[in-house]
Amino acid sequence: MMAKLLTPEVFMIVKVVAVFIIVLTMVAIGTWVERRGAAFIQDRVGPNRVALFGKFRIMGLTQPVADGIKFFFKEDVIPDNVDRILFVIAPIIAFIPATMTFAAIPFGRPFDVNGVNYFLSILPPATNIGVLYILAIGSMGVYGIIIGSWASNNKWSILGGMRASAQVISYELAMTMAVVGVVLSTGSLQLDEVISAQTGLWNVVPQFLGALVFFVAMFAETNRLPFDLAEGESEIIGYHTEYGSMKFSMFALAEYANMITAAALFVTLYLGGWHFPWLDQWIWGSILAFLMKLIFILWIFVWVRWTLPRFRYDQLMRLGWKVMIPLSLVNMVVVAIFLAYRG
Amino acid sequence: MTDIKKEIDVKTDRMIVNMGPSHPVTHGTLHIVLELDGEAVAASDTKIGYLHRGVEKLGEYRTYHKFIPFTDRLNYTSSINNNVGYTLAVEKLLGIQSPPRAQVLEVIACELGRIADHIVCVGINAVDIGAFTVFLYIFKYRELIYDIFSRMSGARLTTSYTRIGGVMRDLDDKTIQMIRDFLRDFPSAIDELEALLTRNRIFYDRTRGIGEFSLEDAIQYGYTGPCLRASGLEWDLRKNQPYLGYENYEFEVPTGTRGDVYDRYLVRVEEMRQSVRILEQAIENIPEGPVIIQDSRIALPPKEDVYNTIEGLISHMKLVMEGVKTPVGEVYSATEAANGELGFYIVSDGGSKPYRIRVRPPCFPIFSSFDEQVKGHMVADAVAILGSLNIIAGELDR
Repeated sequence: MMAKLLTPEVFMIVKVVAVFIIVLTMVAIGTWVERRGAAFIQDRVGPNRVALFGKFRIMGLTQPVADGIKFFFKEDVIPDNVDRILFVIAPIIAFIPATMTFAAIPFGRPFDVNGVNYFLSILPPATNIGVLYILAIGSMGVYGIIIGSWASNNKWSILGGMRASAQVISYELAMTMAVVGVVLSTGSLQLDEVISAQTGLWNVVPQFLGALVFFVAMFAETNRLPFDLAEGESEIIGYHTEYGSMKFSMFALAEYANMITAAALFVTLYLGGWHFPWLDQWIWGSILAFLMKLIFILWIFVWVRWTLPRFRYDQLMRLGWKVMIPLSLVNMVVVAIFLAYRG
Repeated sequence: MTDIKKEIDVKTDRMIVNMGPSHPVTHGTLHIVLELDGEAVAASDTKIGYLHRGVEKLGEYRTYHKFIPFTDRLNYTSSINNNVGYTLAVEKLLGIQSPPRAQVLEVIACELGRIADHIVCVGINAVDIGAFTVFLYIFKYRELIYDIFSRMSGARLTTSYTRIGGVMRDLDDKTIQMIRDFLRDFPSAIDELEALLTRNRIFYDRTRGIGEFSLEDAIQYGYTGPCLRASGLEWDLRKNQPYLGYENYEFEVPTGTRGDVYDRYLVRVEEMRQSVRILEQAIENIPEGPVIIQDSRIALPPKEDVYNTIEGLISHMKLVMEGVKTPVGEVYSATEAANGELGFYIVSDGGSKPYRIRVRPPCFPIFSSFDEQVKGHMVADAVAILGSLNIIAGELDR
């Protein structure tokens, strides 16, 4: 019965719906993990008052739901003197690329049923531009920030927007250079090739330097502390100062969606994707392995945020241009020489 | 930076932004107008007065006792130090001294207040730089101090603990035990704080060389307290002009070398350790005796006298209705509050109300140098500098 229903078209629809729901749920749970994780690190309890039907607290897991409802029903204020069209579309521009990027990530092992090959990612894994697609779409999110801060007609916001654009451009370079190392060693831009090349040895071991650069750049790309200069709530209050209600929440959701995508990309490029000893021989096992790695990286995001202070703008730039880019170049050259020597 | 601009001849405009009166970093109502050249601060202009309540003028219409609650609202992060500073000034005017037990209790109160103030300053400074967790780690201990305060005085924030000629209430055994527990646990919290910040590369880079202020400038501006000591001068009124028997305690005065944000942080952390040392000595050597002067013209007589003897009742009534009579004269008395020299200048015309009270807040001279310190730094540095100066709007504007 199930096997009859399983056609590539149906499977595609199921995948799209499932991935979209799971990513958005993870975004919501991400805010919960952030707050409870912060509380855990800071030796306090964290949000635990919201109760389902007034009875079941479930460790505050309903807090994101309450927050979401609140954001929906708040008055949607558009201040005077803002550029109304840009002001409204900026959160959308920030949010959509963040959710689009996940489409290329393979999150489980492909399988064959009745001679048809099924793959667990929305875009076909044989897409020739897999890595490029992610880098291209992923860097579009910053337009939302820049447009939003510009449209806000607020000096502090525009400072945040300028910081975000400079930061993303600088770290995008280092990130891409680091990815070039992976592409070189794989010999392909297809993400399924990248994953299958990591069978046995994850890229994080031979390309430790590249992984490090990518990991640091990931924080800068997603505007997370120690690089959350675009927000910098104690200095410039943030690029989204003028935003409220659901528009503000779109920016917040975009941040978490970006985190998930960046973490998924890191897992795919350096941590072997859905590979895991013993576990990846089953389809569900491979999905589980992928999710476990993803959640681990996401937890590191939270962990770092609540441990480190914030960089200053010029220090951030210095780190990006003088440390990160040379390091990624070194990684690239080392990989290239190694490959050339091996033939 | 300017050279590049000249070379390629770009026209740049300066941007004027308002930091405050409502801004997350002002912690109170300060107003700083920054003139920004990109992210760099080209000039700044500080505006004060948003929290002006006319405390000094209000003092002229109240008896000496009734001014004590107003001192709570000066530096509200360490109210108890202001209470002590004010009553010491009135006692100096009257030419009296509080009993030995009261003096030790005041020292305990002062040092606890100093620790609470430094916790706020260091913690908030860390928050402004982006390290939120550090702040919560040590803020827990401020809560313990406030629990102690509420047992000592009945209030957590607005303590009004001291009276002219002593303190309002004796310490009970449970409070002493709480202080001992606090002294046992707190040093490890300071270690934790230092583990997270002192050798943290990001924190070091964010604070070293920022807001550097030379000793000459600091003295010119009238710096006192941790900010002066961070610039390198070993000046602490507890050592240099001892009051409340501070000469009997063993402690050191930490100093910095460069007077930047990092040095101020280090000085404050070390002062917390020294305050713990003072407290350890004080809590073990509390002398027996009354906690307030036994003079019914200055301090309220005990309740059993008020209810049972006519003399007690009359002196109680006279003191409440008329207040303490002071000799004609003027007096300046300064104490080392958490932020620096907290001075009270009182002119008396012989009545029961002061002719004039003037408060010398420690952070007014310090804040006046903010513009000079912040010039050439970046917006994020302005935030760090403001936090390290520990500007409390309550005592700045009065």
